[in-house]
Amino acid sequence: MRVVLAEDLALLRDGLIRLLEAHDIEVVEAVDNGPSLLRALIAHQPDLAVVDVRLPPTHTDEGIRAALEARAHMPGLPVLVLSQYVEQLYARELLADRAGGVGYLLKDRVFDVGQFVDAVERVAGGGTVLDPEVVGQLLGRAGPADPVASLTPRERDVLGLMAEGRSNAAIAGRLFITEKAVSKHTNSIFTRLGLPPSEDDNRRVLAVLAYLGA
Amino acid sequence: MPETGRVRGVGMRRRLAFLGLAVGQLGVAACSLALFVLAVVGLGLVLVAWGIPLVVAVAALTRPLAQVQRRVSRYVLRQPVDSPYLRRTAGGPWSRLRGLVRDPARRRDLTWLGLQGTAGLVLAILAVLEGVLDLLLVFVPAGFALRLDCWLSAALLGVTEKSALALRVEELAESRAETVDTQAAELRRIERDLHDGAQARLVALGMSLSLAEAQLASDPEAVRSLLVEARASSLAALAELRDLVRGIHPPVLADRGLVGAVQALALAAPLEVGVHTGGVGPLPAPVEAAAYFAIAEGLTNVIKHGSARRAEISLSYAAGELRLELGDDGVGGAVVTDGGGLRGIERRLAAFDGRLAVDSPPGGPTRLHMVLPCASSSPKTSPSSETG
Repeated sequence: MRVVLAEDLALLRDGLIRLLEAHDIEVVEAVDNGPSLLRALIAHQPDLAVVDVRLPPTHTDEGIRAALEARAHMPGLPVLVLSQYVEQLYARELLADRAGGVGYLLKDRVFDVGQFVDAVERVAGGGTVLDPEVVGQLLGRAGPADPVASLTPRERDVLGLMAEGRSNAAIAGRLFITEKAVSKHTNSIFTRLGLPPSEDDNRRVLAVLAYLGA
Repeated sequence: MPETGRVRGVGMRRRLAFLGLAVGQLGVAACSLALFVLAVVGLGLVLVAWGIPLVVAVAALTRPLAQVQRRVSRYVLRQPVDSPYLRRTAGGPWSRLRGLVRDPARRRDLTWLGLQGTAGLVLAILAVLEGVLDLLLVFVPAGFALRLDCWLSAALLGVTEKSALALRVEELAESRAETVDTQAAELRRIERDLHDGAQARLVALGMSLSLAEAQLASDPEAVRSLLVEARASSLAALAELRDLVRGIHPPVLADRGLVGAVQALALAAPLEVGVHTGGVGPLPAPVEAAAYFAIAEGLTNVIKHGSARRAEISLSYAAGELRLELGDDGVGGAVVTDGGGLRGIERRLAAFDGRLAVDSPPGGPTRLHMVLPCASSSPKTSPSSETG
């Protein structure tokens, strides 16, 4: 897998490169600001962009803006955004093009190397991975007009884990139920949210979008 | 004088009222004379034991008398005569005396006592005569002496430029003291949070790591659990630092400005929140922070008490003022109490000469109106248009 990395703090940049390369993920270029990120993405056409939200020159949400712009040039380019804090607002913006291949995680998640590498692979494969903190903010938020409100508590749990990018097997492990029960729940979720039968991955993305109210 | 005609035209009731007021003024004038004499005696004896309490007592009695006079003047002259007093100083007789001397309105009260006790007395007698004559002989131009008396009193008792400035200084001193207090408390809280939180976690982390280092050769299994502990410490420290940063200056406010930050706030709230913005451009950072925290605090209040299902936030900018409105469909009955969330909002806004108005009848709905004066550099551009 070929990755372009954007992180302005040298310490974290080196750490991430080391971590990714230890798992046979090639970092083709590591940059430290928004404009170079865009250039590198267009030049290398990588399998995945790993991007820090806050980058020079503005030191605000440069990373998200560059990622969105890159996806406008290269639709479906998988992007994993890392940040010191998560905002639902940004999650919505990243998912707005409904193309999947989006990850949005706290930097803390890097500590759990296994899970982090798993997230990298899922996003590169077109999946959606949201930080548990974003998902947590969403729980119990659904208003009466929201189709998500029609889900059972168990289905909501499943949807929440789905938004975190977990596979059916992982969800089954988390909730102590069988994988068959999970796929029954996911089918019921797709039906209740009015998602037409299609490729499972795409429906998962759409379900998460419904969850986000986007 | 056209008013004379009106007084006569209005008839018996007004003329009786004027006669009553003239008699009342006679009483006010007599009281003024007595208080003036006592005040002069008291001031003369300030260095002797009885002087100070006497002056303080006279001042305490003068204030209600002057308030009565203000109301009479307001009624007779049909113009506002506002009360110009500074806040009363608490403490012993000395500090109260200092407070009285410091207040220009009190000094003018004393002048008024002297004038009302002498010239006012004469005018009041004339006013009574006038009132009686007016009742008996309709053609006498009525209320002239009463008007003159009230006009003189109003000139001395009303808000002058000087007392308005003194009031303003008092207001500013108060809001500055509150701002300084709040900031100091804020810094103490941050210091405590860092000390008991992230700092302590980093110490624990360091200890786990050095223990692990020491046991590396002898007990690999213990090292594993120490490393797990170390990781947990660092995660907890990060989470605490993140919360702390949000409380100081939320990153999304730095990234997206006020409009974006309020939208993020609305999204994260556990109820449906509509956001309407109009013409709010980049504002000075302190104003944005104050507005953001005011709305955040208001929204927290809604979530905590309102039993609301829906809230609406609207932001607008016009004529150098940022207007914030927060409405909800909860049970209402919100009031500003000391230590409450609304008081906190009021304090935040006061530092910028801003105001909070609460409209919350029992049974709801509740609306908070907040106004923040500010100089917007370019109110026409919206920050969201830059992000496109």
